[in-house]
Formats: sequence, structure tokens, C-alpha cells
Amino acid sequence: MFFTFLRRELAGRRRQTAIVAIGMALAIALVMIVNAVSTGMRDAQAEVLQSVYGVGTDLTVTATPTAPGEGGAAGGPQRFEFDAGAGQTADGSTALSQSRLTSGPGSQTFDAAALDTVQAIDGVEAAAATLALENVTFSGELPAMSQDQGGTEVQTAPDGGGAPPQGGFDGAGGSAFDVDRVTVLGIDPAGAAVGPLSAAAVDEGRGLEASDAGQAVAVLDASYAAIAGLAVGDAIELGGTEFEIVGTVASTSADATTASNAYVPLDLAQSLSGQEGKVSDVYVQAASADRIDAVQASIEEALPETSVSTQSDLAAQVSGSLGSASALISNLGLWVSIAVLAAAFLTAILFTIQGVTRRTREFGTLKAIGWRNRRIVGQVAGESLVQGLIGGAAGLVVGLAGIWVVNLLGLTLGGSTGGGFTAGGPGAMQGADASAGAPPGGMAGGPFGAAASQTATEVVLSAPVTLSVIAIAVGLAVLGGMLAGVIGGWRAARLRPAEALRSVA
Amino acid sequence: MYRLDHVTKQYQGKRTVTALKDVTLEIPAGQHVAIQGPTGGGKSTLLQMLGALDRPTSGRVVLGEAELSHLPDAKLAGVRAAQLGFVFQGFNLIPTLTAQENVEAALAPLGVAAAERTRRAGEALAAVGLADRAGHMPGELSGGQQQRVAIARALVKEPEVLLADEPTGALDEATRDEILELLEGIRRDRGLTLVIVTHDSAVARRAERRLHLRDGVVTEGVIR
Repeated sequence: MFFTFLRRELAGRRRQTAIVAIGMALAIALVMIVNAVSTGMRDAQAEVLQSVYGVGTDLTVTATPTAPGEGGAAGGPQRFEFDAGAGQTADGSTALSQSRLTSGPGSQTFDAAALDTVQAIDGVEAAAATLALENVTFSGELPAMSQDQGGTEVQTAPDGGGAPPQGGFDGAGGSAFDVDRVTVLGIDPAGAAVGPLSAAAVDEGRGLEASDAGQAVAVLDASYAAIAGLAVGDAIELGGTEFEIVGTVASTSADATTASNAYVPLDLAQSLSGQEGKVSDVYVQAASADRIDAVQASIEEALPETSVSTQSDLAAQVSGSLGSASALISNLGLWVSIAVLAAAFLTAILFTIQGVTRRTREFGTLKAIGWRNRRIVGQVAGESLVQGLIGGAAGLVVGLAGIWVVNLLGLTLGGSTGGGFTAGGPGAMQGADASAGAPPGGMAGGPFGAAASQTATEVVLSAPVTLSVIAIAVGLAVLGGMLAGVIGGWRAARLRPAEALRSVA
Repeated sequence: MYRLDHVTKQYQGKRTVTALKDVTLEIPAGQHVAIQGPTGGGKSTLLQMLGALDRPTSGRVVLGEAELSHLPDAKLAGVRAAQLGFVFQGFNLIPTLTAQENVEAALAPLGVAAAERTRRAGEALAAVGLADRAGHMPGELSGGQQQRVAIARALVKEPEVLLADEPTGALDEATRDEILELLEGIRRDRGLTLVIVTHDSAVARRAERRLHLRDGVVTEGVIR
């Protein structure tokens, strides 16, 4: 009887059923799309973060930023000094070249003993320290200056002045200098597998191994190596030392570069940069997700001079169009969804109440012939639930279609990290620059770097259809139907049979 | 069968309306009773007391062994489902259900199995001469046919009492007589107690016992 009555009622009130179902469908579809896009945004942010911080990193420890000139070993202005006779060549020109490996401008380091402190904290599964540096190579040529240092012969111009300068890049005695910047990350080859390289895979050659400690070997980012024209077996000069390139690595994400241009053994990076016993970052993996907060608090207590950031802190630092879109979805999308959902629920409830009012005599008659309140409430709730489920099914189809369209559009979002964290660290503008075909190098800095330091990644937005999205659709349909049914049923149950019959007499 | 002891029913509103005043009454099983009286005299209220649709403000309403005035709602629903049949002036059929389904609806609260429901509803419709209209919606039936379906719905559960509130009030004279003959025949065949509220003296005259209700007070009429 229940299903017969239900089927007849819904079929007999097609317009009401259609209005309620359409309202529910639109609301559910919107919530599904917002949820899927929001998940896609989170995935994109995670992808951006992973390209910099690596997979499995729950916390990062950096030096607390200080004002310029205060404390720390902040990187400062770089200066290149040449001896008087440096670079003299046989033809009289002067070829100058100098490579310096230093902390980037504004970057800061802290005592490497912090790693031991972190590793000793309960709840820490693994930790690794790195030293983010910048190698700047200054090279160029000064043309020959033909003049008698003794003052006996000086070329003069026909008008009585000296002869015009010759040589140089413009043939008029000019000079040209190149400044190449390479981001370098010192890592412990024997250290734990957390940190930036955990999100990278060996592309050619090999990665750094424990036996590489103290050795002048380097692994390059594959994108950087391609642009710089370097390959495994070649050499690269960093801090005045020739490093043998033993391998290249690429990000496990197809759309991102790795965190640095070059990776070298930590101990050598420290000595070449004059940062013995110093590191710029400690990457921490907690034993479990629910212990992250406790580990963060313990590290902050043990290392008061440092800043400890969680993945969610880092996610908040993702900027660019990805950050803007994420904020839009989080705020506007969420509230629009809630508003539409509330309107759909309200419509369903009002229609159900209206239906109960219109069917007063019907319910009075059913009560008169012996139907109990429970049966009548069940009947009303059942009808509303089915209306909700029809809306849910339609909403599921519309929502999936909407998600498919979002994925079909293949929206590309630009995400950047950095610019707001503590100083010092790997990374560079290399991602954006490399994709744009820019020369190697770029702006130095790091993921936690100073205001100028950023790591940019292009990410294609993918809105995934997850079980939770499906569950949300079904759950909202059931919830909306039940809510309307319970309220409508409650109204029907309150009708006393005599009053129900009298009211229509 | 029925015993009403000093039953008073008042409705609270801006002013209190006393629909029944200290009514004491007995209706033996199988009796055909007509209740007459002016509009607002308390006829329908008395029928609601007899039909376990409402409780008195004071006094007792007893049906067989059950004191209806003190039973909880669920028990009253059980009494209505098993012992009482109702026929209304406006037929009160469920408009979205067929004639067959309307009749079956009366068996739903009794937990009768679907197949048994179908069989009994078919028999009830046949008993009122509507076997060929089982699949019709109420809107496709005439007034007289709709009332027949309502009678079938009331009788399908084989009640002890049939309560009819102006059952012929919406029908023409010929159909009225048809319906009355149907009701009286069923009463005779099944030994039902039949209580009819009516304005129509022609209907009341066919009853064994006539009660007059005016201003909530019952007076006995002619007993044949």
C-alpha cells in the first residue's frame, strides 16, 4: 500500500514533484561542482607545494625572519673583487670570471644542530636539513687599453685628442659582463628521504649517494640542465669549484620543476659558502597526521628562534591565479552553494507543508479509517524522500556533467609559493622562466624566502569525481527529502481526525 | 454495544461552545439509529464520539468493553481500524487512488497481506455492484458510484458498527434510495449497528430509532 500510494501521489502531483526535484537537483549539482573544484584546487595547491617541499613533508623549520642587519647569517649584497692583474690575456684584453656561492639576499640560516633537536622530538618520523644557496657567476671581458703606462706614448685622435678606443663587444672599447644565477641546494646525501628531492625522480644518471659526502658532485634539475646545455658527465662551476654532474632529476609532477637548479652535498655547500655548521631549512615528517600539531608545538618550544610551518600554513602562501581561484571557491562558491541549498530545502519543505494542508481531508479520512499517525508520517516522509532522491539523481547527472565540463575546459592556474616566509631556501623563478624559455638562473630565493623569492608552477585544474562528491549528492538528497518529510509529516500527525474532517465540512 | 454516560463536549475558542450537554445514551448492537436535528445541534459531534474520532470533555463513551474516552490515540486508531466503518457525505475517497485501492486502504492498518487485500477489496466492490469499476479513479465515477466505493471501503474490514454522516446528502433522490437500500440490506445481512446522521426526514423515517439533537441535548424520537 505504501508504494502504491506513494507512486500515485507523486504521479498525481507531477508539477510539484518536478519543481521540488529541479530545485534539489540544481542545488546538489552546484554543491558537487564546488566541492569537486575545491578538491581540485587543493590538489593543485598540494602539487605546487610538493614541487617545492617534497612529498611527505608535514612541517618545515626555518629561521625566524629578522630585520636586515640584525642577527643570523643573512645573505647580503654580493661583491666581486678582482686583483689588479687578474684576467690579463696575451692580446691585452682582460677576461674576468668569478663565481660565488652564498646565501641569497635576505636569506637566513641557523645552527645545523637544530636537526638533531628535531629528530629527538617525540612524534617525528623523519627529518632532513638543507642549505639553500645562490651561485652567482660574474664573467666578462675588458678590451685592451692601448696606453703607455709610462706616459711616453698616448694615442690621440686626429683632432688632437687620443685615438678612439677599439675592441670590446661594441668595437668602441665597451665592456660586457654576464651575471648567471643558479640556485643551489645543499642536501645530506645520507639523510632521510624527506625534503624537496622526495618529489623528484632521477631523469638521467644517478642521484646523490651517501658516499658523495664531501665530493664535488652535483645533480641538476632536468629542465635547468636542458636550458643551460649541461648533461651528465659535464662540469658546473659553483663557488669557484668544478662539480661533476652525476645526474639530473625531474619533478614527479609533469607541470612543475624541482625546487632548485642544482643539488650538491651539504657539507661541501656549507664550506664553499662559508656557512659551516649552518642550514636554512629542516623538513619534518610526523609519525602520523594527528600528531602534526603536537610536533609543531614541540619544535617551536625546543627551537624558539625558528618558524615552524605546517602544510596548511604553506597552502595559504600559494598565490597567483590558483590562490585567487581557491579563495573564490572557498568563499563565494561555498556561500552560494549554501544559499541555493537552503532555498531548495525551503522550497521542498514549503511544498510538503502546502501538500499536507491541501490533503487535510485525505489525512483526516485515513485517520478515520484507522491509519495511525506513524503510518501517515511515514507516507508523507516517504513521498518527500523520493522527491529528494529524484532531485538527487538529477543533481548527480547535472553535477557530473558540470564537473566534466570543468575538466574539459582544462583551466590552467598559476601557483606561486614563497614571499612571506623566513629567509633562505631553495627555489627560484625557474619554473616560470624555464617554461618561458628564459635563460637559466633567475631570481634567487626559496620557498620560505624573502619577499622577492618565489617558486611558480603552472597547474591544470582537474576537478576529481570522488566518492565523497557522490556521497554528498546522495546525502543532501536524503537530507533534503527527510527534512521536508519530517516537517510535513509532523504537521500531518498533529491533525486530529475530527478536526481534519470538520475543517473541510 | 454503545453506552454514553453524561457525555459533555465543549470546544474552546474565543468563547466556549458546548456541542453536547450531559448526554446519556445506549445503542444496542445491530440497531439502526437515525440522528436528526438542526445544523449546529451537535449531531456530527455525537457521531465523532461514537466513531472514536474525538474524546468527550467529560463523561464516558464505551464501545463493547472499550472505554473510548480514555484510550490513547494509537488504541483509538486500532478501534477505528477494526470495529468501525465510516461513510461521509462528501465520500472522502483518496483522489489519487483507484476505487480498488481506496477500498484496500481500509485494510492497510490491519496488516492484511497484499493478495488478501486485493481479494477482499474486489469482493467488497462486487457487493456494492462496482466490480467493473475497480480500476477507475474517483473522478471518473458518479456521486452514487463514489458513495458505493466509500461504503465498500467501510465494509471491507467487516466492522461491528457503520457510522454514516449525511451519506445521501450529496445525492439525488433516486440515488439516495439506492444507497439507503444498499446500507439497510448490508445491515440486515451482517447484523451491523448502523448510525446515520441526517437532515432528511425520509432517511430518518427508515431507521428503527430516531434521536433528536438540539443545542447538544438528546431526546428520543419514534422507535418503530
